[in-house]
Amino acid sequence: MTDDPLQDLVLDGNAVAGSLVDAFGEEMTATPGECASCGNVAPLAGLVAYTRGPGIVLRCPACTAVMIRIARTRQGIFVDVQGARGVAMPPAALRPIA
Amino acid sequence: MADRFVTRGFVGKRQDAGSAADRVPPGQHLVSDFPVLSAGPTPRTDLRKWSFRIEGLVKEPAQWTWDEFQALPAQEFLKDISCVTKWTKLDTHWRGVSADVLLEHVELDPRARFVVAFSDGGYTTNLPIPDLINGQAFVAYAYEGKPLAPEHGGPARLVVPHLYFWKSAKWVRGLRFLADDRPGFWESLGYNNHGDPWKEERYSGD
Repeated sequence: MTDDPLQDLVLDGNAVAGSLVDAFGEEMTATPGECASCGNVAPLAGLVAYTRGPGIVLRCPACTAVMIRIARTRQGIFVDVQGARGVAMPPAALRPIA
Repeated sequence: MADRFVTRGFVGKRQDAGSAADRVPPGQHLVSDFPVLSAGPTPRTDLRKWSFRIEGLVKEPAQWTWDEFQALPAQEFLKDISCVTKWTKLDTHWRGVSADVLLEHVELDPRARFVVAFSDGGYTTNLPIPDLINGQAFVAYAYEGKPLAPEHGGPARLVVPHLYFWKSAKWVRGLRFLADDRPGFWESLGYNNHGDPWKEERYSGD
């Protein structure tokens, strides 16, 4: 535990499962993601989620680097995965391009 | 720059309660508390290691230690603030150093047109220089008469009250002047590059 008063604002990736579906089109919480900063691999459910801001920020549980960012705007959902190297998309997400 | 007016006095005044509604930008609602929003863990920077730096397109970078920063001419500011998550808070009372005062210590390269504020923890936000100067922005280190709490961006945060509050970077450590605009943390993720609450510039394309 920490004395950080913001700790009660911190969730895990399960809390944003719905937003991950919106962003990726599939259930993603069990999908492993590798942190581009430190190489730690964790299921997306295990990432640290900051949700009380303009968008959702998912951070590496090992080094706190930003792995995934999701923002819902009038134009649609913006997704940034620059901090996540090698998110293994579940097979169902690998639909052939129509 | 020559006609700039800098005062150490109290900037802003409380307005009649009846006019409060006129001070709430469109799509916003009033709050009396001070919501805490964050995109990451709260940095805990030792004040002995803290510095504030102005760099980029300046003739010589400027840097202050915490003690040096405290010795700069400070002002009190009374400002309404609006967050893009739709809350507005009236009459927030800050103490800090105007960006105008900070800029007296550097000579800007004529190519400089934009600024990126950078923070402990990696957060950035971008502004055109005209939104930074002429009394519109300051680096605050006290809120309501007390040292600025870490969850609200202490020890020091940028405050740019005429823009949505994501532009008011918490834990700010410096300003970098650039010739070209470089979208910051939220601006690069679909949020508006400018962020004027009175024009509801929330998202890119607004």
